[in-house]
Amino acid sequence: MSVILYVNGTPYRRDIEDRILLVQFLREHLHLTGTHVGCDTTQCGACTVIMDGVAVKSCTVLAASADGAQVTTIEGLARGETLHPVQEAFRAHHGLQCGFCTPGMLMMAVDMIARHGAALTEETVRDELEGNLCRCTGYQNIVKAIMSASAAMSRPAPASKVAS
Amino acid sequence: MSIVLPNFSYHRPVTLSDALALHGGSDDAMFIAGGHTLLPVMKAGLAAPDTLIDLRAIPDLQGIDIADGLLRIGGGATHVAVSKSETVRTAIPVLAALAGSIGDVQVRNRGTIGGSVANNDPAADYPSAVLALDATVVTDRRSIAAGDYFTGLYATALEPGEIVTALTFPIPASAGYAKFRNPASRYAMAAVFVSRLGDGSIRVAVTGAGNEGVFRWAEAEEALARDFSAQALDGAALDPDSLIGDIHASTAYRANLVRVMARRAVQNQGKASIFS
Repeated sequence: MSVILYVNGTPYRRDIEDRILLVQFLREHLHLTGTHVGCDTTQCGACTVIMDGVAVKSCTVLAASADGAQVTTIEGLARGETLHPVQEAFRAHHGLQCGFCTPGMLMMAVDMIARHGAALTEETVRDELEGNLCRCTGYQNIVKAIMSASAAMSRPAPASKVAS
Repeated sequence: MSIVLPNFSYHRPVTLSDALALHGGSDDAMFIAGGHTLLPVMKAGLAAPDTLIDLRAIPDLQGIDIADGLLRIGGGATHVAVSKSETVRTAIPVLAALAGSIGDVQVRNRGTIGGSVANNDPAADYPSAVLALDATVVTDRRSIAAGDYFTGLYATALEPGEIVTALTFPIPASAGYAKFRNPASRYAMAAVFVSRLGDGSIRVAVTGAGNEGVFRWAEAEEALARDFSAQALDGAALDPDSLIGDIHASTAYRANLVRVMARRAVQNQGKASIFS
């Protein structure tokens, strides 16, 4: 079948087999390999992307089911060389080590901050990372990074920038 | 990537009649909504339909509202929609909280109440609520009382090609849910939904623990009808042989978990209490 997905703002029309998963579409058809596959059983969350405004595990979504959808992957976060605040926070707080889970963590963090804004609490972060497994950081620095990014994104812009 | 799904023909109808016609016209069709049970099952080689019919674009399966004094939830409602619905939170707050305890954020964004009920996984949360609240499963062709709907492990009264279009819930006088989650998988190892229905009758439904899936614990219902207190449950008989014994919990331990969860559900009416 033919599908059209809007990935990181760009439309991609592809002829695919009906059985292709969204994560396969991203990695193998579009060569966006930042989205990882850890378990392929909907447990680890390394494959998390934002689809039509909500976080989903792309290993358990058919690409056919995502036809017409807006999808944001890890590749869509930075603006050129400028890191997204969540990426910057993970770097600053050493929120990664091997980095395998990191794309899923970052996408989930972006989703969380979008939904909760300044009201995000550490307890909420820990609860909502239920769907993202990490095997090497012990999560503490991930939680710190997310709280830091949330604070940074909630901070009012300096007056001079507002004026301009 | 090593995992490849068996091939099939994918369809996304926008009406119920089109979905039914597609199913009727196929030798081996299956319906898909969130896909969170079906796709893993297909990856494991345990199912290989020749046709997948995606139900998510059908408006008749959506919506959450109160009609004729009943809470109606469309079969296509996602867990996140149920958990965040002001209608559900007002009518049956514990049901919203139960929905919010399913899986994780990403799973709740995709999984549907109709899919969960149609699958009748022995560790799923909704079956206990449906049974304990005396809900009705509405399909494209009939209404099925909760007590007649769940027929065993992964088994329901649905005929091939029958679609869960909605569930209707009477508003209880009070209801509570308590779940002990498997520390690894996070599915219920034992969970109990206790409700006092509008007519004063007591319902106790157990999930995650039964050899035959979700079940009503009649002895607990009788005990609570006499005395609605956590202590009343101490004497309620529960046959360990009717419970799952596995690497995570022996039948005796599970029986104890069921009793403890039932006490917590009684003590915390209006809430879903989640333990690990």
